[in-house]
Amino acid sequence: MKTRFLSIILFIGPSITLMFIFLIIPIFFSFFLSLTNFGAFAMYDWSKASFIGFENFTELFKDELFWKALFNTFYCLIVALPVTVILALGSAIMLNREQTYFKNFFKVSYYLTFITNTVAIAIVWRWILNSQYGIMNYLLGLIGIEGPNWLGDPAWTMPSVIMLVVWRAIGYNMILFLAGLQNIPEYLYEVAELDGATRWQKFIHVTLPMLRPTMLFVTVMMIIGYLQLFQEPYMLTGGGPLNSTLSIVLYLYEQGFQYFNLGYASTIAVILFLIIMGMTLLRMRATKST
Amino acid sequence: MRKKKTSFFGQIGIHSVLFFGSLIMIVPFAWMVSTSFKLPEEVYLIPPRWIPNKPTLENYTDLFDAMNFGRPFMNTVIVALSITFLSVMLSSMAGYGFAKFKFRGREKLFLIVLGTLMVPGQITMIPVFLMLNQMSLVNTYEGLIFPPIANAFNIFFMRQFIKSLPDELIDAAKIDGANEGFIFFKIILPLTKPALAAITIFTFTGSWNSFLWPLIIAQDESMYTLPVAVSVLGGQYTERIALQMAGACIVIAPLIIVFLIAQKYFIKGIALTGLKG
Repeated sequence: MKTRFLSIILFIGPSITLMFIFLIIPIFFSFFLSLTNFGAFAMYDWSKASFIGFENFTELFKDELFWKALFNTFYCLIVALPVTVILALGSAIMLNREQTYFKNFFKVSYYLTFITNTVAIAIVWRWILNSQYGIMNYLLGLIGIEGPNWLGDPAWTMPSVIMLVVWRAIGYNMILFLAGLQNIPEYLYEVAELDGATRWQKFIHVTLPMLRPTMLFVTVMMIIGYLQLFQEPYMLTGGGPLNSTLSIVLYLYEQGFQYFNLGYASTIAVILFLIIMGMTLLRMRATKST
Repeated sequence: MRKKKTSFFGQIGIHSVLFFGSLIMIVPFAWMVSTSFKLPEEVYLIPPRWIPNKPTLENYTDLFDAMNFGRPFMNTVIVALSITFLSVMLSSMAGYGFAKFKFRGREKLFLIVLGTLMVPGQITMIPVFLMLNQMSLVNTYEGLIFPPIANAFNIFFMRQFIKSLPDELIDAAKIDGANEGFIFFKIILPLTKPALAAITIFTFTGSWNSFLWPLIIAQDESMYTLPVAVSVLGGQYTERIALQMAGACIVIAPLIIVFLIAQKYFIKGIALTGLKG
């Protein structure tokens, strides 16, 4: 039975229309803006902005702050991704054992960090990491470690940001891994045991290969999410000190909405978009080829 | 499920690790709550005091009286509920259309929808801001509510769920003369309750937590949402730690309440996205 045209328009139309207005057309618009010198002067009269070709791009590639932001963002991705995977998968495996008690308590407490608001909890972390009065350094002091100036020393600011990012991400990814683990058929382990496989061999040859779809999903989501790092550095350090926590999105926000260099900010957005697409495709191809 | 015996020490070890992990997850919340009830003189004590000697509500009353936190609170409630209602409604309609309607170009159109999932929000932010500015919708509820409604994830999620419902249900109703509206509201929607619950919760918490967009659109204090208000609080009252913690509590408390009530849907919903993705 063919569906009536009117039904199609009524059911799918509203979503598609909104999607075109707020998502699809703006993407093209963004590419166009990146080729203009759109600034505060053009906000109320778009005709004042002019087309400047790839000037924004050449300028961006010479912009030291942009390279700094790029470096910091990848610093976060490269450290936070494996750490999150290891901690989330480790917790999921421990929770998936039949002999583990208080499963629900653990699940809820790990997951709590993910559902809470980043801005609000970052303000709490800023207080926890306060070098003089924070409980972090107090607790470290109890075991004889002199804690660093977490948010003041440029060497420690990115680790602080990454700590918050990972802390928030573990629970969510743990739930995903747990679902993946529960989908592995039991007989695979039994067969492996008959062959005399050790616990480690079972992990390498049964668990990991069977988790591949989950692993792909988890890492792709993390790549997309971590490359958009913004709230954590914005709240913890505001990008400082000495731009040591400036991320791509934070730089985009500053250029676009503090200086209103909207053309230049669009260029940053376009580059970010291309990086995210590229990294996602790379990750997907890596799975296909193995 | 593994049936192998673990040694007594193994059991102790694994539970200690898990318990230590929970502690790391929970302590910041406990510290936030505890500090939010402290008077300034107790905030800076070393060693820290976990339970304030003289607990006070002063920070909360200050927040609502002097800082007018009621306004961002109401704004957030209005915006989050509107986005959730509209998005869940429109996405489930579109999800139904993509799952059960037969028309040319359906798969292509759906691929476009899916493609938008990979697009980072930052790339649409500036053009949408300029468009809204042109229509004088910056600093309005419309500007906060409309852009996030079209949600590819929700459409995808509902389509997957509705696809698994048998076509016979719909065909039988059609033979009885039911129109698409009746079929959707009376037959399909009641069967999708678990999926609806999941996307309702995701959309609500997502819009409650939304930060960058309100930060750009809400330029006037009267339009601030809670996360924006809290970030401003953190910037302006750097010395009033207890006040900041009270602000954080107000943003987080509703989320925890929603989570504890709807825990089952949260966890099921997430597990579903992972398996289908």
